[in-house]
This record gives sequence, C-alpha cells and structure tokens, in this order.
Amino acid sequence: MSVRTLPLLFLNLGGEMLYILDQRLRAQNIPGDKARKDEWTEVDRKRVLNDIISTMFNRKFMEELFKPQELYSKKALRTVYERLAHASIMKLNQASMDKLYDLMTMAFKYQVLLCPRPKDVLLVTFNHLDTIKGFIQDSPTILQQVDETFRQLTEIYGGLSAGEFQLIRQTLLIFFQDLHIRVSMFLKDKVQNNNGRFVLPVSGPVPWGTEVPGLIRMFNNKGEEVKRIEFKHGGNYVPAPKEGSFELYGDRVLKLGTNMYSVNRPVETHMSGSSKNLASRTQESIAPNPLAKEELNFLARLMGGMEIKKPSGPEPGFRLNLFTTDEEEEQAALTRPEELSYEVINIQATQDQQRSEELARIMGEFEIMEQPRLSTSKGDDLLAMMDEL
Amino acid sequence: MVAVDLEGPYEPRVRRADLGAAGVTSDLGRGLQGSEPRMFRWERSIPLRGSAAALCNNLSVLQLPARNLTYFGVVHGPSAQLLSAAPEGVPLAQRQLHAKEGAGVSPPLITQVHWCVLPFRVLLVLTSHRGIQMYESNGYTMVYWHALDSGDASPVQAVFARGIAASGHFICVGTWSGRVLVFDIPAKGPNIVLSEELAGHQTPITDIATEPAQGQDCVADMVTADDSGLLCVWRSGPEFTLLTRIPGFGVPCPSVQLWQGIIAAGYGNGQVHLYEAATGNLHVQINAHARAICALDLAPELLSAGEDTFVHIWKLGRSPESGYIEVEHCHGECVSDTQLCGARFCDSSGSSFAVTGYDLAEIRRFSSV
Repeated sequence: MSVRTLPLLFLNLGGEMLYILDQRLRAQNIPGDKARKDEWTEVDRKRVLNDIISTMFNRKFMEELFKPQELYSKKALRTVYERLAHASIMKLNQASMDKLYDLMTMAFKYQVLLCPRPKDVLLVTFNHLDTIKGFIQDSPTILQQVDETFRQLTEIYGGLSAGEFQLIRQTLLIFFQDLHIRVSMFLKDKVQNNNGRFVLPVSGPVPWGTEVPGLIRMFNNKGEEVKRIEFKHGGNYVPAPKEGSFELYGDRVLKLGTNMYSVNRPVETHMSGSSKNLASRTQESIAPNPLAKEELNFLARLMGGMEIKKPSGPEPGFRLNLFTTDEEEEQAALTRPEELSYEVINIQATQDQQRSEELARIMGEFEIMEQPRLSTSKGDDLLAMMDEL
Repeated sequence: MVAVDLEGPYEPRVRRADLGAAGVTSDLGRGLQGSEPRMFRWERSIPLRGSAAALCNNLSVLQLPARNLTYFGVVHGPSAQLLSAAPEGVPLAQRQLHAKEGAGVSPPLITQVHWCVLPFRVLLVLTSHRGIQMYESNGYTMVYWHALDSGDASPVQAVFARGIAASGHFICVGTWSGRVLVFDIPAKGPNIVLSEELAGHQTPITDIATEPAQGQDCVADMVTADDSGLLCVWRSGPEFTLLTRIPGFGVPCPSVQLWQGIIAAGYGNGQVHLYEAATGNLHVQINAHARAICALDLAPELLSAGEDTFVHIWKLGRSPESGYIEVEHCHGECVSDTQLCGARFCDSSGSSFAVTGYDLAEIRRFSSV
C-alpha cells in the first residue's frame, strides 16, 4: 500500500535482530579454556555487532532501501536478514535463523500494534537506532553512518501527514497479519495471551494529540459551548505526559523499541502453528515457490549493495545457537510447523537467467557452514584476529 | 543485569476493569426522550475464512429482510470474503473475491468492499490498488471494471480507490488523489458509465456517506471525507454540486455518516464530531475513543468503533428549544485485545450490531436484551 514502509520495517526488524544477537552472544557459553575468557567473548561479540551494523548502514545499501517501493514478502525479507546475520564470523543454523526471524517479527509486530499514534512508529525506529549507536560507541565511522540514516529518516518521514503515517501503519499490519507465534517473555509479562494475540491495554496515557475519552461538548450556531456532559467510556486513561522527541538526540518518551532482552531472560519461542484458524494464514505461505521475479530483483539490488568484508585467510566462523542446547536446536528444526516454514529460496527456478546468476554469485559469497563444534584452533585464530582489530 | 519491569519497553498498563459481556452503560439521567439504558449481549460469532485486514470501514452489511438473510463483507487483504447468514448468525454460504491482477510485486490489496443499494438493484463494489470492480449483489457476476489512472501519481504516492457510496442511481467512489468518481448505474445490465469526476479534495479519500434526498432543493445528500480530515458536503444530481467544506484539523477522518441532515465524522484522534449539513457548523464534539476511530454507522443511533478496542452507541436528537443537535452516550462495549476495523448495525432499528477486528477471523455480533 504505502511505498515508504520498507525502511521502517527493515531498520526496526534489524534493531530487534541486533538486540537478540547481543543477548545470545553474551549468554552463549563458548567452550575452550581461554585465560581471558570473558574478554575474548566481549571482543568477539562487539566484532560481530560492529560487522553487522556497518553492513546494515552501508550507504549503498541504505540508498536502495530508501527508494519508494512496495513491501516484499516475509520470505524475501528473511533472506536479507540471513545475509546480514552472516556478515561476520558468526554462523547460524536454519533452526536458529528461523527462531531469530520469528522473534524479530513478533517483537516489531507488538511495537506497531501498540504504537499510540501511527507517527510514533518513527519514535520506535529512533529508539532502535539510539540503542544501536550504544553498541558501536567505539567506532566513529559506523556512528556516522547511523547518524546519516537518522538524517535520512527525518528528511523523508519528518514531514509526512498523519494520514500518510496511518497508511504506513496499515501496510505494516498487513505484513504482520496472522502471525501469532507465542514468545515466552511476552507470555510471562502478560503482554501476549496464550492464543498468541497481544494484550491491548485500555488504560494508561492517551496518544499525544488525543483527549481522554469521556466528554461530550455541545455548541450553538456561533460556536459557543452550551452544554457539557460526561460519560463512562469503560477504560482507565490519563492524559499524555509529553510528546517524544524526533530530534537526533532527545527523550523519546515511548518505551517501545528499546532493548527488552537481558542475559537473565533468555528468549524462547513456542511454535504456535496450531492456532484455531489455520485457514487464516496469508496467501503467500500457501502459494508455491519460487519467488517472483520482482522479488529476486529486489534481493539482488539490496544485497548487491551490501559490502561484506571477506576475511583474507581461511577463517572458521563460530556458530551461534539461539536455543539452549544443540539438541533443542535440532528438535526445533524437525518439528517446525509446515505453515511457518520459511523455505530457502530456490534461485535456480527463476526464468531470468542473468538475474539468477547474479544472485547466485552474491549468495555464493557466503555459505552457512554446519560446524557443530568449535575447533580448538579457534582460540589461536581469534588471538590473531584480535591483533588485527 | 537490568531486569525488565512493567514500565520497560511496554506501554504502562493498569489492570483493565472487567467489563464482561454486559459492557458499560452510562447513567442517562434524563434521556433525550426519557429512554431506558440499553444492554447488549455478545451473540454467536460468525467465523471467517481469513482474518480482517487493518483497514477502516472494514465491514459491510446488507440486510435482506424479505429473505430473512443478512450478507456480510470483510476485506482480508488480497481477497475479500462475502458471506450470508440467517438470523441468529448461522452462516449459510460464503465466497471469496480477489482484486483484479495487474503488474506488481504481489497481488493487489483490496481497500474496501461495500454493498450499494440503488433504486432498482443492489451492486457490490470492491475497491483496490488497481481499480474498482462492481458485481451483482451476491458477488457472482462482475458487471463492471474500472482501472485507476495513475498517471499523475508521483513515485512516492500509493495509488488506490477507497470510499464507496450509492447516491440515487449513482455510485460514488473515492481515489488516492482526492478525486471522487461518479458512476451512472442503469436499472439493470452492465452498461455503467463514468459520468463525472468531482474535485474538492487534495488528499486520499477515506469514506463517503449519502442519504436519500429529502425532496427539497439545496439539500445536502452526500459527504466525502479525506486523510487530512477535510469534509466536503454535496448535493447530488445529474451534476453534483459542492455546497460546503468543513476543514480538518491535522488528523484523518477515516469514517463519516450522514443522516437527517446530521453529519457524523470520526477522526484519527478518537473524536466524533456532529455537524449540521446545511450550515457546516460543528454542534457536538465527543472525546469518544482513545485511539483512531475506524468505523461509524448511523441509523437511527450512532455506532462508533475505535482501534482502542471499544464500540460505543450514542443517541442523537435535537434540542426541543433550540433545535441544535444533541447527543448522549447509550452503551459501550470492549472487544478485548482486538483492534477494531469495522462496525455496522445489522438491522434498521439498531438493536443488533457486528464488528470486525485486525487479525480476528470472525465477525463478532451483539444484540440488545
């Protein structure tokens, strides 16, 4: 619907991805007896985040992203994030990548749904960018890239009307329609019900620019108020305290989009595929593959803009598991409900030979390596890498 | 480590009052006509094949009392679902319609589906990002297709049709540019002609409301609303005449109704305004909802539904002394955890109504006890 939705979708989902990866990297127990184990982990984590963030905010990539275009399917978008997640020394198995994408999408769906005003989705985006800047405080070059994206967002979205934001919000909600994956943290905090639907509170501050419901005012022909009645509207609302800041720095007021993960709150998903209305899944998940030609074009353009620095020598990546154990990860891969599977795109099936070759070249630059365990030489390689940082 | 608290990234929450199925009824005191407060109860829901999309005015109802049937129409996304139900909400038949295909990344999205009751026939109109489709009332035969002309659109503008209403033997449909297309509909057959394009709006049309002309001259019988909140008041005819403009105030007006010379407009900031159609004067301002209003229905009571999960019913009347429009609250209903997107009365006395919600794969029905 709205052709200006993709940057917001991408940046917010990307932000959630970074929050989750950051939390898992902190929590992941990397075996091996290293003298400076903690420091090693910290350096590694920072490197992964740096690599992903600098790829995400690369100028060429952002240029493609900000072009007016329709939203692509969840499947196509997942491919971009998979590429992004592998922009560094970290690798993810399919099951972990699936879980990562599930968490990202449910988190942002929650944020969009609970945004008080449609325009507040911009504040949510700024919350993500603020936290991302916190991850890369020590890298001025990347900081500059993120600030540049801030400026672009302000330029494009700062002047949009409430009606245009409403259309963007509707477009985002259509993208997330029928996704009801239960996230244990949301369930525990009672922001999600057991049927996968989010709790919509009927209390708290009203959006900025909205009055607390409960008043009827009546006027005469001259516009003078002649009568005033109050009524019980059923909620428990209070006035909005203040408006969030849309400046480069400022108090956003809104908490949606800030980092809710921590080491002590590992995130698990329950595959809620057996929702009551299986038939209510969106058309695309029933439709057979392959991706439409236009989606492949989009992927080629977008990922072609990703400048992923390839390491000079052979560098074994290390695998990040989004589950608690490897067995759990394997089990998740086997039991993932059919209608929730993000099938890997089959680029051979496209008609456009040139495009598919180009895409194959881009995709071929990385492989998901199925390395079940870290090799003991990992420590030496990483020490060498540390010297290069 | 910082533990997440309730004031974390979630919006502050206070335990919701348990409203139950009885809803909240206000203390009317001296009612407009001394009427009793009404109580509604939640009736059996009608299941949908696909959940409702997060659009506005996303429920159309056609009552066929002679056949003891009610038709419902809901937009899912690339498809719309039509279904017929017997009294008590027993579903009978259902059918899916799709927007006509065209070039693009994904199947075109439908923006609205609406039954238009004309003097000699009923047509079902479906608007999308490609154009306007018109069907016989049961949705089986497409009688007309109008492709939207996106020539003027800049690359950043979404192109779509939205806003559907019948006015006499015309069907009026709004577009992304603000233009309202007026189609002349014959008593039968497919010989439908685009007879006029109304200018008056500069931003996308959201909704159109009409009522039968009262037989006098200079009587407003159509209101169009847009994303900027502007309302245009028209008189229909072989040529439509713009009578008044009621300016917006920075928020969209997603839904508008017209009845007995009263314009009811629902806005993106949760307010409902009532205007005198003849003068354009604002007579009532209701702080009705805590989020954007998504749908209104009027006959003879006013039904408002908002994204705040609430439905409210209001009684309209006129002050015996001054003749000015007056309103009082009759009933409120909370549809838990559901961002509503459509609401309609299901009968002409307003004793039952139905709502749809985003992600909800059923039509919720309520009737008064």
